[in-house]
Amino acid sequence: MLEPKIPTGALKDKWTNHKFNEKLVNPANRRKYKIIVVGTGLAGASAAASLGEMGYHVESFCFQDSPRRAHSIAAQGGINAAKNYPNDGDDVRRLFYDTIKGGDFRSRESNVYRLAEVSNSIIDQCVAQGVPFAREYSGYLDNRSFGGAQVSRTFYARGQTGQQLLLGAYQALMKEVGRKNVVIHPRTEMLDLVVIDGVARGIIVRNLITGKIESHAADAVVLGTGGYGNVFYLSTNAKGSNVTAAWRAHKKGAFFANPCYTQIHPTCIPVHGDYQSKLTLMSESLRNDGRVWVPKKAKDPRPAHEIPEEERDYFLERKYPAFGNLVPRDIASRNAKEQCDAGRGVGDTGMAVYLDLKDSINSLGVEVIKERYGNLFDMYAKITGTDPYKTPMMIYPAVHYTMGGLWVDYNLMSNLPGLFVIGEANFSDHGANRLGASALMQGLADGYFVLPYTIANYLAQIKPDAKGILSRPEFKQAEGEVSEKIKKLLSIKGKTTVDEFHRKLGGLLWEKCGMARNEAGLKDALRQIPEIREQFWKDVCVLGSGEDFNQALERAGRVADFLEFGELMCLDALERRESCGGHFREEYQTPEGEALRRDDLFSYVAAWEFKGVGEAPVMHKEELKFEEVHLAQRSYK
Amino acid sequence: MIKKINLTLKIWRQKSNTSPGKFETYLTQGVDIDMSFLEMLDVVNEKLTKEGREPVAFDHDCREGICGTCGAVVNGQPHGPVRGTTLCQLHMRNFKDGETLVIEPWRASGFPINKDLSVDRSSFDRIMASGGFISVKTGQAPEAATTPIPKKAAELAMDAAQCIGCGACVAACPNGSAMLFVGAKVSHLNALPQGQPEKESRVLNMISQMDKEHFGNCSNAYECEAACPKEISVVHIAHMNKDYREVCNPFHQ
Repeated sequence: MLEPKIPTGALKDKWTNHKFNEKLVNPANRRKYKIIVVGTGLAGASAAASLGEMGYHVESFCFQDSPRRAHSIAAQGGINAAKNYPNDGDDVRRLFYDTIKGGDFRSRESNVYRLAEVSNSIIDQCVAQGVPFAREYSGYLDNRSFGGAQVSRTFYARGQTGQQLLLGAYQALMKEVGRKNVVIHPRTEMLDLVVIDGVARGIIVRNLITGKIESHAADAVVLGTGGYGNVFYLSTNAKGSNVTAAWRAHKKGAFFANPCYTQIHPTCIPVHGDYQSKLTLMSESLRNDGRVWVPKKAKDPRPAHEIPEEERDYFLERKYPAFGNLVPRDIASRNAKEQCDAGRGVGDTGMAVYLDLKDSINSLGVEVIKERYGNLFDMYAKITGTDPYKTPMMIYPAVHYTMGGLWVDYNLMSNLPGLFVIGEANFSDHGANRLGASALMQGLADGYFVLPYTIANYLAQIKPDAKGILSRPEFKQAEGEVSEKIKKLLSIKGKTTVDEFHRKLGGLLWEKCGMARNEAGLKDALRQIPEIREQFWKDVCVLGSGEDFNQALERAGRVADFLEFGELMCLDALERRESCGGHFREEYQTPEGEALRRDDLFSYVAAWEFKGVGEAPVMHKEELKFEEVHLAQRSYK
Repeated sequence: MIKKINLTLKIWRQKSNTSPGKFETYLTQGVDIDMSFLEMLDVVNEKLTKEGREPVAFDHDCREGICGTCGAVVNGQPHGPVRGTTLCQLHMRNFKDGETLVIEPWRASGFPINKDLSVDRSSFDRIMASGGFISVKTGQAPEAATTPIPKKAAELAMDAAQCIGCGACVAACPNGSAMLFVGAKVSHLNALPQGQPEKESRVLNMISQMDKEHFGNCSNAYECEAACPKEISVVHIAHMNKDYREVCNPFHQ
């Protein structure tokens, strides 16, 4: 059984007491400790900046050409906080409860409560940094209700909240770079974790421009390397997003928790062709003012405007009168799939439903809609070539976020001492489903307000010796393994491109481990993935050399890891014989077709230990204990 | 309606910053008009790979117009012919069957070429590190509602803050100037009450760093605004110049 190190005491006092009980590092000693932070998204950038300000020696790494490019930048809708500025009944407890419930009771109470607790400080911090949140004419901050919340607790900056929050964190980071407290290493990809005597002590990286392999040692390693949604090939993630850093840490001993929890986002632009390289999310804030519908008649050939009101099925409003179009993401996605599977889907492929803002345009006026969603409408028009002000948008679910990730305890430390994992890369706060506007909150909570405290407690108990440890043979050995793997990829010279393999894996996973899963399908996937992997290592074609900028080589390494990771994801989905949140097992549903949790059997976190490629991993369980909330069947009716 | 078009692509190929480069021609057939420009390049690269020829290096990441990673000059226009659009959001329906497209990297002394269409924009990071921030440490912030900000100022800040740091403004400028990029950040932060304490050092340091990075100056060609995928207005350059002039005024207190 895994020990999550949850502090004792009442839920609301845990974090406060814990902070007091933790050891501190004297300001004069902090410079002696070196911390590596991998990833520069909301979690990584905010952590690196905060640790730099505190006086630690911080080195920050990202594979992008600048820290500002990290994929957090693409988050559109907003960030939650329990400020209760609208005076509509919100508070820390309610945000906590909504997050636990939204996660379908598969997250750790103490972590979620802490997240809700620090949410307000995030808004304060961002405003002070100059993040231009939306404001009312009074000059005060505006809030909106977002994806499944019955209070208006979401702060936003037009349709590009992620961009503005990330630029805030990036600017804080660059401030520390200017002051020489942080050194940044852009276009540098982490390819291995170095573990010495059971403790994480450094990383192996490849300079993506020169191809040079380098070792970096530290007193602690922090991974803020995002999610693994791109295992599906098509997702709303940036093309570069990958599981490599997390997966290589997993292969060095870090447990991977709940990999089957993936979030399929209901409002994305539908797939339009074989060449499709990624899917584009339309912020679900559109559901605030939009109504989702399909024609009542299957295979109705008429364009939307010719279908009269009485022949439209506003299926979310019909099935969930209390929440209507604002039901959580997993429910909205699954319902869209159901409609399309029943032949009522629209568009060329029949794999889409309408998201209609006509009523809101009529009642609020074009100008208001433009102000709220202008950039989303423009983006939709550019991609599809149709005007959403005139015809309803078409949407379909797409892989968007991954709740699973490396297992961490209450201190955000993995089972490997010295390895901390923050943001989407860890598994901690969203359970089996993440609520809208909570990813930004978690990334910044971890980086600004949690990790800086918990990492100090760890560092205070060790002696700094990043310089000395670099001469240990484990570094040279890991460098050698990384170089070998690169050489191998370049030497195969096969006939199939990296993308072809990636597409094949992604298609299989979407089919068997996507919005709905069943035992037969998962077993089939578990049979096929090793075959694709074997084929990959025989027939992949990577041209060019390892000594310069070689994007196919970068992708090949990432796809090789996805080919191992995908297997674990399916295995986890197979072993979790219940439905919860984003994990919907067809065998386990209520008579109304809703997810059926089995709390007596599966109220645990599944944390997997790596035993070798193709070997069965070992599952470790962390029992989820609920002291504060009463486990209930989610109902949004 | 025609769904597929044929194109002749002349793409800049250059192995590294120190080696010479040249245009190579690729005849590309059956391009689906619903593809994005980068998806078209993906298809070209898949074909090249199959033929045993090294694919074209080009930077890209989010492919939804927000990360600022992608960009190339298409027929002389950064990010191509459609206004307010990044290369990843430029779709092939904007081109005609039989057209020839000349595709080259950003060309500016502040952006050395890495390979083919990929350039090094770390100069932008260094400019940001010189003053593109508000120096509030984590934990120092007062309660967010303490300072109301007039909606007009907040909107102006947001207009400027939309910059994605792609560098198209530099590529479009006859002087290779980064003044729209720098102006947008100065204007964003200097418009807000929180940005006031460092208003002067910010504009001085960022402009000084911009000069050190070999970017030129503004001579009001307005090409930057025309090329900007976020349509950031040159008015932000004027705001920056005003702040700069005030600091440099000999009677300034």
